[in-house]
Amino acid sequence: MNTDTKRRVFLKGSLAAGTVAVAAGAGLLAPQAVLAAWPEKAFTAKSSEDALSGAFGSAASETSEQIKIKAPDIAENGAVVPVTITSDIAGIETIALLSTANNAPLVALFNMGQGAAADVSTRIKMGKTGDVVAVVKAGGKMLSNRKSVKVTIGGCGG
Amino acid sequence: MAKSSIKIRAKLKGGVTTVKCLMNHPMETGLRKDKKTGNPIPAHFIQDVVAKHNDAEVMNAQWSGSVSKNPYLAFKFNGGASGDSVSISWTDNKGASESATAKIK
Amino acid sequence: MKLKKLAIAAVCAFVAGSVYADKKTTETTPAEDVNTYRDYFMKRFPGVPLEEYANGVYAIDKVSRDNWEAVEEFPPYEPMIEDGETMWNTPFANGKTYGSCFNDDPAQRKNYPHWDDARKTVVTLPMAINECRTANGEKPLKYKKGAIANLLAYMAYESRGQKPTAEIPNDDALAAYNKGKQVYFARRGQFNFNCASCHMQSAGQKARADILSPALGHTTGWPVYRSKWGELGTLHRRYGGCMKQMRAAPYKAQGEEFRNLEYFMTHMNKDIEFNGPSARK
Repeated sequence: MNTDTKRRVFLKGSLAAGTVAVAAGAGLLAPQAVLAAWPEKAFTAKSSEDALSGAFGSAASETSEQIKIKAPDIAENGAVVPVTITSDIAGIETIALLSTANNAPLVALFNMGQGAAADVSTRIKMGKTGDVVAVVKAGGKMLSNRKSVKVTIGGCGG
Repeated sequence: MAKSSIKIRAKLKGGVTTVKCLMNHPMETGLRKDKKTGNPIPAHFIQDVVAKHNDAEVMNAQWSGSVSKNPYLAFKFNGGASGDSVSISWTDNKGASESATAKIK
Repeated sequence: MKLKKLAIAAVCAFVAGSVYADKKTTETTPAEDVNTYRDYFMKRFPGVPLEEYANGVYAIDKVSRDNWEAVEEFPPYEPMIEDGETMWNTPFANGKTYGSCFNDDPAQRKNYPHWDDARKTVVTLPMAINECRTANGEKPLKYKKGAIANLLAYMAYESRGQKPTAEIPNDDALAAYNKGKQVYFARRGQFNFNCASCHMQSAGQKARADILSPALGHTTGWPVYRSKWGELGTLHRRYGGCMKQMRAAPYKAQGEEFRNLEYFMTHMNKDIEFNGPSARK
């Protein structure tokens, strides 16, 4: 029962992505129209597993060294932690970026469109020491890697 | 036209275009408190980002408030030619949006 | 919050020796001061070239530097440089621009701070900007952040690579220099610290999670986008913050004490290029 629900969400997700690529490629749709709705459940989930289930329909992934995460060993300031994710896995549809120790672990989803290379960088907030996790969805498979980042000055306080 | 708060750099090298951009946004998580009043600061962050090469969407991103204040985003795509346009647009959780366009160098 | 400040203070106090903090400030000449100051850091951090001190803590700590270099890929202060450029080019109500006060050249960093012998005072760049405004019928800007920091960012950017002129032309100027030195080395506040307690004796050591930056080069990179502030701020804003951390009542931004302090510190940093605006944690 539970598995079925997850599976359905997952299929719906990948179908939508296919439509996006075609529509965008043909230049028919305005960007707002092709965007999937912001997945609130995934972003407000309190655990990495719930966040991934919310985003992908499943939290299970295999570790892959083909995903590289560049982030500092020690964050100078948790409010601004530079992260770069690269991968040479073929056919990447989505990259999820998580910070495991954050109150809500899911930080970002990057959906690859036409010609996109799996090479994204951003700066994130980390509340305390934890792992930066990248989960990649490619050809129906989920792969992931992680890197631990020590945080001495938390980036979520005020 | 008002000056956009999104700064974009797009460079072509070896058939790959690298796009780097900086957006101006407070990125409030909703969890912080005002230091003076002690009241919670309401969540206010960019939720959706769309990147286009000419008219084709090369990437879109969905964010939480855990992306740093004044967000930075860099990505790469195959193809692109000098003079092509790259556009970035964002929409935040309050429905505000901005966009900007730059030429590939 | 209070506890954190106490901890930083305690760390500083613990290792505070005395290099020349206890000497009378007028016993040595500026040239001797420059040598003492520089030699101290050259011995403390062998192999770090003088010009690297323009980069603060990133000159001496690899991990911090990695963070910083990633941030400099697209520095957060870049939009503020453009805002400052717009200010520079936008006429006042009377039709004149900032250029009319600065020889139509925004690259003014090397000329400030300087001794104004007619007025017998140290003139800093932010002060000159506000004097330009009031002379043209505009209201002065607030000194710590906001519009003035943007204009300073543009002018600093246009001045990158310049070195301080740092002249001390006569005895009155020397007196201002010595007053600035006094501000630097006088112990103050609840912890009885001076600037050197943390930034000379303890430079490179940790005060809790913070690595204390070396004093040498401290005036070169302003204005600074501090991630902690999440915005751009001026040198005198940071001076004030530092004094509060020492649990001392801060002097006023652009008051005589801080202007003299800037005059003294800029002299210590001569031969190091101005490289503002910059990013710090």
